Amino acid sequence: MMDSHYIQVLPFLFRGLGWTLLITFSGLAVGFWLGAAAGLARVSPPGVLRGAAAVYVEVIRGTPILAQILFVYYGLSDLLGINMPNWLAAILAIAINAGAYIAEIVRGAVQSIDPGQREAGRSLGLSARQTMRHVIWPQALRRMIPPLGNQFIISLKDTSLFSVIAVGEIIYHTRQYYSNTFAPFEALTMACVFYLMITIPSSLYLRRVEQRMEGK
Amino acid sequence: MIRTWQLTKAFGEHTVLRDINLEIRQGEVLCVIGPSGSGKSTLLRCLNGLESATTGEVELDGERLDTHAPGINAMRAKLGMVFQHFNLFPHLTVLQNLTLAPRQVLGLDEATADQRAYKLLEKVGLLDKAHARPENLSGGQKQRVAIARALAMEPEAMLFDEPTSALDPELVGEVLAVMEDLGREGMTMVVVTHEMGFARRVGTRVLFMDQGRILEEGTPEQLFDDPRHPRTQAFLGQIL
Ligand SMILES: Nc1ncnc2c1ncn2[C@@H]1O[C@H](COP(=O)(O)OP(=O)(O)OP(=O)(O)O)[C@@H](O)[C@H]1O
Ligand SMILES: [Mg+2]
Repeated sequence: MMDSHYIQVLPFLFRGLGWTLLITFSGLAVGFWLGAAAGLARVSPPGVLRGAAAVYVEVIRGTPILAQILFVYYGLSDLLGINMPNWLAAILAIAINAGAYIAEIVRGAVQSIDPGQREAGRSLGLSARQTMRHVIWPQALRRMIPPLGNQFIISLKDTSLFSVIAVGEIIYHTRQYYSNTFAPFEALTMACVFYLMITIPSSLYLRRVEQRMEGK
Repeated sequence: MIRTWQLTKAFGEHTVLRDINLEIRQGEVLCVIGPSGSGKSTLLRCLNGLESATTGEVELDGERLDTHAPGINAMRAKLGMVFQHFNLFPHLTVLQNLTLAPRQVLGLDEATADQRAYKLLEKVGLLDKAHARPENLSGGQKQRVAIARALAMEPEAMLFDEPTSALDPELVGEVLAVMEDLGREGMTMVVVTHEMGFARRVGTRVLFMDQGRILEEGTPEQLFDDPRHPRTQAFLGQIL
């Protein structure tokens, strides 16, 4: 039993899990700010910022993430004449990719708030900024929680693509393991189990949060 | 203290207010009546700059209202506004609803803002609800909180847009009572309402609007008991 591939692959998977989580969380942390900025720009009055945000969102949503990853790692390094570490490229790629989807989440949530809220804020003398910050944003943020959780699951799975630029995440180590042992079935099965151990509890938790919000 | 001069408002092709000339003096309680779509809400929203005039002017204390000027927020703060659907901030407690703008706009410290809020909640009879959430209040209570929230900015005048028309009939009285008190204390008010009783008791002047124009105005007695314009007569006949 102990010499089964299902067990022997575990240390490799744990090593990968660390990178997978690190890249997902740092990428999303940056991506959230990027997305919040772009999302708010999209609901601001027409202008350069709003236009730029729209282009960003459309470009990212209209191109495959693998192209974006290669673009950041090879393209950007080449353009800037630097040697970007692959883990940094991975974090950037997740941030830029998730940022575009988060921008849409932010825009949708902000636009879903009753216009009467903005009017009430403005009628009290609050500026547009103050109204956004104290009235609209806190309410919109609550509505963003379920779709943001969903984006977390998507981005987590997207990190598997970073094996193509040799970032040591779960799939990278899985491939290392089976190219030496010729046991791809066992290794990949366990890799998927690892993803599911994170994604299934996450979606269950999300559904609970959603139900609690609807119940109110 | 509020004046409009040849105020016109259009949304695209659709002209909603036509040539409105209005002067509202200190201490007046002006009631506005008129059929749905006649532009009553739009008029109120132009008065505090939530909508900008297409042509013509709105003046507050002799100062021209310009919705794009930096001073607009300060000018808006001079006019309290109460909405048909309350528009309380659902993520804040009643107390926080009352203190948000005084703290952010007037820069009051927490203790001063709280003290002011408690006084107003007492005035509208809701001191015990200070820490409740809006969702746990009845419609009448919500509207009284909304009035207190507007008063917390110590406005020079109050604008009411059908404040009781979203309420169950048995809750209308408590809101009107608060408004009557305000009127008696000398607050300048513009009230869009179809509550004739209120208009007669508290109103100093009534305007009848139709299709974006002021068709007729006068004291409540003149307008309700002896309307001149056939459209006013028809409208009053319908709602009475
Ligand atoms: N933001 C807007 N864009 C386009 N048209 C609008 C807008 N706001 C109001 N209108 C139109 O202006 C007209 C007057 O609206 P307003 O809300 O001022 O009427 P009202 O007298 O308050 O009616 P009600 O009694 O139904 O509240 C209506 O025909 C309405 O459709
Ligand atoms: Mg209206």
